[in-house]
Amino acid sequence: MADNFDVIVIGGGPGGYNCAIRAGQLGLKVACIDKRGVFGGTCLNIGCIPSKALLHTTELFDHAQHQFSKVGIIASNVSIDMKAMMAHKEKTVDELTKGIAFLFKKNKVEGIVGAGEITAPGKVRVTTKDGTRELTAKSIVIATGSDVAPLPGVTIDEKTIVSSTGALSLAEVPKRLLIVGAGVIGLELGSVWRRLGSAVQVVEFVDRIVPGVDSEVAKQFQRLLERQGFAFKLGSKVVGVEKKKGAYAVAIEPAAGDTRETLEADVILVAIGRRAFTDGLGLDAVGVKRDTRGRVATDAHFATNVSGIYAIGDVREGAMLAHKAEDEAVAMAEILAGRSGHVNYDAIPSVIYTYPEVASVGKTEDELKAAGIAYKVGKFPFTANARAKSNLTTEGFVKILADAKTDRVLGVHMVGPDVGNMIGEAALALEFSASSEDIARTSHPHPTLTEAIRQAAMGVDGWTMQM
Amino acid sequence: MTAEIKVPTLGESVTEATVGRWLKKQGDVVAQDEPLVELETDKVSVEVPAPAAGVLDEILVQQGQTVKVGGMLGSITEGAGAAKGAKPAAKAAEPVKAPAKVEAPKAETKTATPPPLPPSVRRIAEEEKLDTSGISGSGKHGQVTKGDALAALEARTKQATPAAPRSTGPRSRAEREERVPMSRLRKTIALRLKESQEIAAQLTTFNEVDMSKVMAARNAYKDIFEKKHHVKLGFMGFFVKACVAALKEIPSVNAEIDGDDMVYKNYYDMGVAVSTERGLVVPVVRDADRLSIAEVESSINDFGLRARDNKLKLEEMIGGTFTISNGGVFGSLMSTPILNTPQSGILGMHKIQNRPVAIGDKIEIRPMMYLALTYDHRIVDGREAVTFLVRVKDALEDPQRLLLDL
Repeated sequence: MADNFDVIVIGGGPGGYNCAIRAGQLGLKVACIDKRGVFGGTCLNIGCIPSKALLHTTELFDHAQHQFSKVGIIASNVSIDMKAMMAHKEKTVDELTKGIAFLFKKNKVEGIVGAGEITAPGKVRVTTKDGTRELTAKSIVIATGSDVAPLPGVTIDEKTIVSSTGALSLAEVPKRLLIVGAGVIGLELGSVWRRLGSAVQVVEFVDRIVPGVDSEVAKQFQRLLERQGFAFKLGSKVVGVEKKKGAYAVAIEPAAGDTRETLEADVILVAIGRRAFTDGLGLDAVGVKRDTRGRVATDAHFATNVSGIYAIGDVREGAMLAHKAEDEAVAMAEILAGRSGHVNYDAIPSVIYTYPEVASVGKTEDELKAAGIAYKVGKFPFTANARAKSNLTTEGFVKILADAKTDRVLGVHMVGPDVGNMIGEAALALEFSASSEDIARTSHPHPTLTEAIRQAAMGVDGWTMQM
Repeated sequence: MTAEIKVPTLGESVTEATVGRWLKKQGDVVAQDEPLVELETDKVSVEVPAPAAGVLDEILVQQGQTVKVGGMLGSITEGAGAAKGAKPAAKAAEPVKAPAKVEAPKAETKTATPPPLPPSVRRIAEEEKLDTSGISGSGKHGQVTKGDALAALEARTKQATPAAPRSTGPRSRAEREERVPMSRLRKTIALRLKESQEIAAQLTTFNEVDMSKVMAARNAYKDIFEKKHHVKLGFMGFFVKACVAALKEIPSVNAEIDGDDMVYKNYYDMGVAVSTERGLVVPVVRDADRLSIAEVESSINDFGLRARDNKLKLEEMIGGTFTISNGGVFGSLMSTPILNTPQSGILGMHKIQNRPVAIGDKIEIRPMMYLALTYDHRIVDGREAVTFLVRVKDALEDPQRLLLDL
């Protein structure tokens, strides 16, 4: 097999596989190396996708228990089959990862299972189960993603002290689940196990949940989660974990102060964030610079300080989102093919797939205030939306922030039913520099949840009609 | 059957027009060639006639909107008394040819079609009568965003109000002033004049002409002339012929600069400035060198009448090689005309006034007129300009020279 390529991509996640596919489409000879054994990276294997499978199952379970009776369905003694639930999850993951193998074949990408190490600019050694291969390429793209950030003093065993990985495969429903970190991962997986019966406590170092999300949305989101049974210990840090009679005693302290408190848990989920993964890549040997947070330092065109070596996705700066990695992957491949690739970082949406969901794109109200930008707000609650009402999903609202002078949409923030599927419209609006009036004057089908976006857009200019 | 009402060809270099009044309402029965709607262009306003007899079925553009040559204005359901409002379904069957395309100027085809306007901008354009075609869009692929439109609107408002705060007297002036938007023609005149001053190196040379002989000839022949040619014998015929003779001798005055080239024209299309209520228009007497004085007089007379009624056609006003402007009709004694670029010369005629002049050693009272020639010094030398004017003077002081081609 020829071992000389135009592009070698190290890492087969959303950044890596998309970069390889796009480069293949553009006629480049591409290899994509991944050591997991299955392509798809964290996202497909132990992240976005399996968690969505569990969220779906458990949301249906929750509906069966709490919603069915309200709409006239009698279903008594609804119970969960953990094995079947996990089988659904695994089947989903399996089919999607196989899909990548198919896409590689279709676009003439050589997928190599093994650990890649950059030995010199333009040279990669792959260690496979059959030995090593020396590959050469004009360009090398590092797309090795990220890994769970550890909590000092706490050892993850993926059984009772778990990361997101272990939390996707718990053998049984824990009675008491303690989550460290009130971010996206903690709240999504917390939702899964809470719906299955766990008592969930969340310890968060800062004094709010989901840092980075618009604070008005976050506040409402927290209230809704608490109503479901989430207990939050905000502004607190874990200072010690002790095992006592098969359970854990977790000592926490206020972030500033020393009034210690002890919480009990059967399973601890460490979800304090993720960090760039660069182990074993040989970056130091070839002199690729890292920033202060251990991420591969790159310029706006993803180039590292070493000519011919690039980085995209979680391993470089920016939001750790699969679609951000995918956007960069496309731009990267196009740049390598001699085209102009560009990512608009101001229009990348983000979603939390709990119930209700949280979705946003663009600037938050907090950011606009801090930047001193004059803006107008339009808001619309789902309680006034016909479809939400008939679906019994009236929690949450849509908020649109627009420039006070030009009316250009600067940010859209939503908490509510299915808003993850609705945020695409807002991203499109931002991408095309739309004004709130443009959204307000765009036809939205009735009755749908998306009408809430239109009504909120009308609200920017004070002509919300359905409230 | 449906007949489309389209923006007709409006002459070279004219690509768009502003919709004026609709003379017919939707649902009106119209005869073929009956005027339907007025279009105002940079040069003139024209009436669009009905392409067929029938019912005016659809009005697609409203007063104040800008339309492109070949664009749709509306449609007529053919056949008298056709059902009102019946939407024509046979649109696709119509031969949708835009013959104007052939004549569209080169500049037009260079720019790609900008993306369609977002709904907010469409509203602003309609409500504020904002022409969005000149706005450079900041959106994706150059799309005009609401912010762009608002900024353009603000710029327009600023332009309309003087930059410096107007000194206010003891009481408000507002009620003693009238503020009127510039018509398209006025705007074009303003733009063209300013453009002319910026482009050409303009300079004016003067002379004076003793009109005795021309006036004597006119007095002697005006009656038989009118009887034969059905038009009054004026001075313009003499001036046009005198200028043609001078242009033949000094070709640079009949030339123009085109990029790095100088274009000398071997034809003599004389623009004759005519003042109308709406502003100055300059119809062109074509091939004036081949016309008799009677023919020149009658075509100028015809232009004058039609200019007053606003019936001049566009093609009658473009492409002159030299212009004659007569400020004398209003009493002007002396003036410096502005070139009608890209032409390189314009003759200014003035009031005829009896003045004492020295003829030989004697002072005599003669009917005198000052002549002015503004020329583009980039292409016309001072010697040429002065000679040109002297030739015009000589021909008018002794009209027999015209007859003998001297």
